[in-house]
Amino acid sequence: MEHETFYTDLLCVGAGLAGERVAIAAASAGFDAILLSLVPARRSHSCAAEGGMQAALGNCAMGEGDSPDVHFADTVKGSDWGCDQECARIFADTAPVAVREAANWGMPWNRVVAGKAKYWKGGEEFEAEEKKDKHGLITARAFGGTAKWRTCYTADGTGHTLLYTLDNKVTQLGVRVHDRVEAVSLIHDGENCTGCVARDLKTGKLRVYLAKATLIATGGYGRLYSETTNTVINDGGGHIIALDTGLVPFGNPEAVQFHPTGVVPTNILVTEGCRGDGGTLLDVDEKRFMNIYEPAKAELASRDVVSRWMMYHIAQGKGVPSPYGDHLWLDIRHLGAKHITTKLREVYDLCRHFLGVNPINQLIPVRPAQHYSMGGVRTNSNGAAYGLKGLFSCGESACWDMHGFNRLGGNSLAETIVAGRHVGLKVVEFLEGAEVILKSSLADQGVAAMAKRIDRLVNRTDGTENVYAIKDAMQLVMMEKVGIFRNGTDLQAAVDTLREIYVKAKKIGLRSSGIGANPELALALKMPGMVRLAICVAYGALMRTESRGCHARDDYQARNDRDWLNRTLAYWRDLDADLPDLQYEPSTKVMYMPPGDRGYGKTEIIPMDAPKED
Amino acid sequence: MSRQLKFNIFRFNPEDPSSEPHTDTFMLEETPSLTLFIALNKIREEQDPSLMFDFACRMAICGSCGMVINGRPGLACKTLTVELPEEITLMPLPVFKLVGDLSVDTGTWFRATNTKIESWIHTDQEFDPEAIEERMENDLANSIFELERCIECGCCVASCGTANMREDFVGAFALNRISRFIMDPRDKRTDPEYFDVVGTDQGIFGCMGLLACEDVCPREIPLQDQLGILRRKMAFQGLKNIFKPKEKGRHRRF
Ligand SMILES: Cc1cc2nc3c(=O)[nH]c(=O)nc-3n(C[C@H](O)[C@H](O)[C@H](O)COP(=O)(O)OP(=O)(O)OC[C@H]3O[C@@H](n4cnc5c(N)ncnc54)[C@H](O)[C@@H]3O)c2cc1C
Ligand code: SF4
Ligand code: SF4
Ligand code: FES
Repeated sequence: MEHETFYTDLLCVGAGLAGERVAIAAASAGFDAILLSLVPARRSHSCAAEGGMQAALGNCAMGEGDSPDVHFADTVKGSDWGCDQECARIFADTAPVAVREAANWGMPWNRVVAGKAKYWKGGEEFEAEEKKDKHGLITARAFGGTAKWRTCYTADGTGHTLLYTLDNKVTQLGVRVHDRVEAVSLIHDGENCTGCVARDLKTGKLRVYLAKATLIATGGYGRLYSETTNTVINDGGGHIIALDTGLVPFGNPEAVQFHPTGVVPTNILVTEGCRGDGGTLLDVDEKRFMNIYEPAKAELASRDVVSRWMMYHIAQGKGVPSPYGDHLWLDIRHLGAKHITTKLREVYDLCRHFLGVNPINQLIPVRPAQHYSMGGVRTNSNGAAYGLKGLFSCGESACWDMHGFNRLGGNSLAETIVAGRHVGLKVVEFLEGAEVILKSSLADQGVAAMAKRIDRLVNRTDGTENVYAIKDAMQLVMMEKVGIFRNGTDLQAAVDTLREIYVKAKKIGLRSSGIGANPELALALKMPGMVRLAICVAYGALMRTESRGCHARDDYQARNDRDWLNRTLAYWRDLDADLPDLQYEPSTKVMYMPPGDRGYGKTEIIPMDAPKED
Repeated sequence: MSRQLKFNIFRFNPEDPSSEPHTDTFMLEETPSLTLFIALNKIREEQDPSLMFDFACRMAICGSCGMVINGRPGLACKTLTVELPEEITLMPLPVFKLVGDLSVDTGTWFRATNTKIESWIHTDQEFDPEAIEERMENDLANSIFELERCIECGCCVASCGTANMREDFVGAFALNRISRFIMDPRDKRTDPEYFDVVGTDQGIFGCMGLLACEDVCPREIPLQDQLGILRRKMAFQGLKNIFKPKEKGRHRRF
C-alpha cells in the first residue's frame, strides 16, 4: 500500500484544549509535535463550553477564603469518592497557575470590579462588596457542587476563547496541525506505541504517523447516546483505537454524566451558569421543586443530583407535556434583560435562534441529556496509559481520574489545561529519555489491514447492513436502558441487544461508493468500535451493583464503599469476543480524604468496614 | 398541512474522476423547528449517504457549517427552514477550496491567514507561575471578548468582493482579529508593526468598504466599526511612515 508517512516526536490525536496544551508543552521544550483533528482545531468540542473553569483564586467576594484544599475537597466529594485523590490533588494545586498562564497568553478572563455588586442565588437577589485590593484580578462565578464561587469565565464564551488563545499559541510555536485527519488505529508492537494509522478525511487516503510519544486527547463518547449535549464528532474514536489494542483498558466506562438542562428538542446545553447566577427550575404548575428536594443547595446541588430529581419529578407527573416528550422549565426571567443580554448572551442567542423563545420574558424548555464522559483511557498520574509505553492520554478522553463518578461543572475545562500542563511536562521527560525505534514495517501492516477493511465495506463483502440504522439502534438502547436511572433488568436487556447489534455492525456494507471524503465510510469504519464502547458502558454498569455519583441503580441504591470503592478496567482482548473482560483496581492509592457524606444527594452508604453479608 | 421542501444541492466529488459539478434535488417534509442541520442529516441518512457537508457543534459556536443558503452565506445549523421559502438552494462557500458537495476546507485557509497576521500575543514577558496575575479592567476584558467572538466561519470572507477577486486578501475576520490585539495591552506590538501586517492592499487598504461582511456575520460582530477604526489608524500610520520612513523602500503603496 502506498501511503504518506509523517515523523514527529509527539503525535497528539485530538486538537481540543487538552491536545493543544500538551503540544504546547512539547514544542516549548524544543520537541516537534503534530496535532490531528477531525475538524479544524478551533472547531473542536472545547469551543462549546460556555460556563467557565474552576480554579481556587479566591479573588471575588463570594470566593473569599477559597484555596486549593477547599477545591480538592469539593472535587473528591463531587466524585462520590470515585476519583484518584493523587490526581485531584495535583489538579487543585495547579489550576490557579494554569488560569494565570492562560491570561499571560491573552485569555480575556472577566475581572473583579471593586464596590457593591448585585448577585442572584436560588432566585433571591443579594448584595456583596467586592474588595478594592482585588480590583482587576480574575473573578469567578458560582457553579454547582462547590463551597465557594470559583469558576473563572469570559462571559458565556469561556471554552471558545480559551481554545482560540491556546491555538494562537500553537500557531506561534509553529506546531503542525493536520485537521480533517482521523486516527483509525494505533501502531504498536505489544509493548511500545509508535504512532497511528490515519485517514485523510478530505481525500479518503490512508497515511501514517510515526512518533516517539502518542497522546490521545479525543474528548468524550457522548454520541453513544441519542440525546446528548456533545458535538456530533464526540464519537469515542480515541477510545476505540486504544481499546482495540487489547492492552489498554477503558477505565470506568459506566461513569457517564447527564446534564440537567439540555433544551428540548435539540439537546443544546444551557449553561449551568444560568442556575449559578440564580436561574430556577419550574414544573408544569410553574412552581419550583428543587428547594423541596434539596433544601440546602436547591438548583445548585451537583449535576447528578439535579438531573435525577428532575427525572423523578417528571415521573411524578409534574413534567410539561410536549410533542417531544415531557420536560421542565428553566426560568431566568428575573435576572433581567441586561444580565441576560450580557453575562448570559449565548443563552439568549441560542434560545431565540434555535427555539424561537425569548428568555427575558419566556420560559426555556429543558430536560436532562448525556453530557460528560468521566470514563476513558486509563492512565497513571503522569498521563501515561496503562498497557503501552509511549502512549498518553489527557482531557475528557482520559480516565486520569480526577472526576470519579461525577465531575463538577467547571472542572473539565480546567482539567484540559491543568492536566495538559502536568502531563505535558511528563511527556517532555519521556521524550528526553526516549530511545524509540520507529519501525515502518508495523505501520505497513496497519495500513494494509485498514485498506482491507475499507475494501470489504465498499464491496459489501461481509453484508449489507445499513450503518445509520445500526447507529440509531445503538443510541436508542443506550438512552433508554443505560441512562440516568439504571437497574439490573434493563442493563441486562441492553447488553443483550447491544451484542445483537454488534453482530450486525460487523456486516455493514456501504450504499455509496466510498470515494473521497465519503461520510458513510467514515462512520462505517468506526461503527463496530462504537458498539464495543457501548457494550463496555452497559456491561460495566450492569456489574457495578451499587449507586455512586452519576451511576444510580434503583436496585442497589446505597453507595457501597465496602465492595465498590474501585475503578472498572474494561479490556477488549479479542475482537471476535462480544463482551469485555472486566477487572477492578482501588479507586485511589492515596487516601487524603476518607469516604464520607457528600452533604447533598442521597446519603445511604455501606461503609468500608461494614461486615460482609453472605 | 406541512410544506414539502425542495432542496437543490450543489454536488461534486473532486476525488471521483467520474463526478461532474451538478445540482441534485431532494424533497423533504417540513417538521416543527426544522433546521438545515436536521434536514441535511435526514437527507444523508435516508436518501443519499454520500452527501458531504460539515457540522460539529450544531449550536452556531464552532463555525463549521457555513454555506451559501439561497444566495447568502450563513450558518446552516442556525437556519430554521420556516424562515426560508419552499425551494432551498444550497451551495458551498466560495473562496475556500472545495472538499466535496457543501464541504469546504476552511481550516487550511484560516490557519494560513492567522499565521500571516501573527494572531498571537507578542510579548517578552516570561510567565511566572508564582506571581499573581496582572490586573486588567473588566470593561477591557469584555471589549476584547466582543471581538474575540468571531468563530472563523468564513461567511464574511465568502461574501466579500475583494476576497473573491484576490487570493491574498486577508478578509474582514483578520482585520477584526488585528483590532482585538491592538486593543489588548498584553500585546506589545507597536502601530508601525501592525501596519506592516495589515497596512497593505492584502489588508485594510484592499477593503472596498462595501460591508457585505457585516451583513452576513452570524456573530453580529461590529465589522463596520472595526474596519473604520483600523482604516483611520493605519492611514495615520501610513502618513507617519511617509514623513518618517521606518525603513526605506517599505510601505510604497501609500
Ligand atoms: C455544551 C457543553 C458545555 C460545556 N461547558 C463546560 C463548562 O462550562 N465548563 C467545563 O469545565 N466544562 C464544560 N464542558 C465540558 C468540556 O467542554 C469538555 O470536557 C472539554 O472541552 C474537553 O476537551 P478535550 O480537549 O478533552 O476534548 P475536545 O475539545 O472534545 O477535543 C477532542 C479533539 O479530538 C479530535 N478527535 C476526536 N477523535 C479523533 C480521531 N479519531 N482522530 C483525530 N482526532 C480526533 C477532535 O477533532 C478534537 O480536536 C462542556 C461540554 C459541553 C458538551
Ligand atoms: S467591507 Fe471590506 S472586508 Fe467587508 S466585504 Fe467589503 S471589501 Fe470585504
Ligand atoms: S467575522 Fe463573523 S462572519 Fe467573519 S469569520 Fe468571524 S464570525 Fe464568521
Ligand atoms: S455546526 Fe457549529 S456553527 Fe454550525
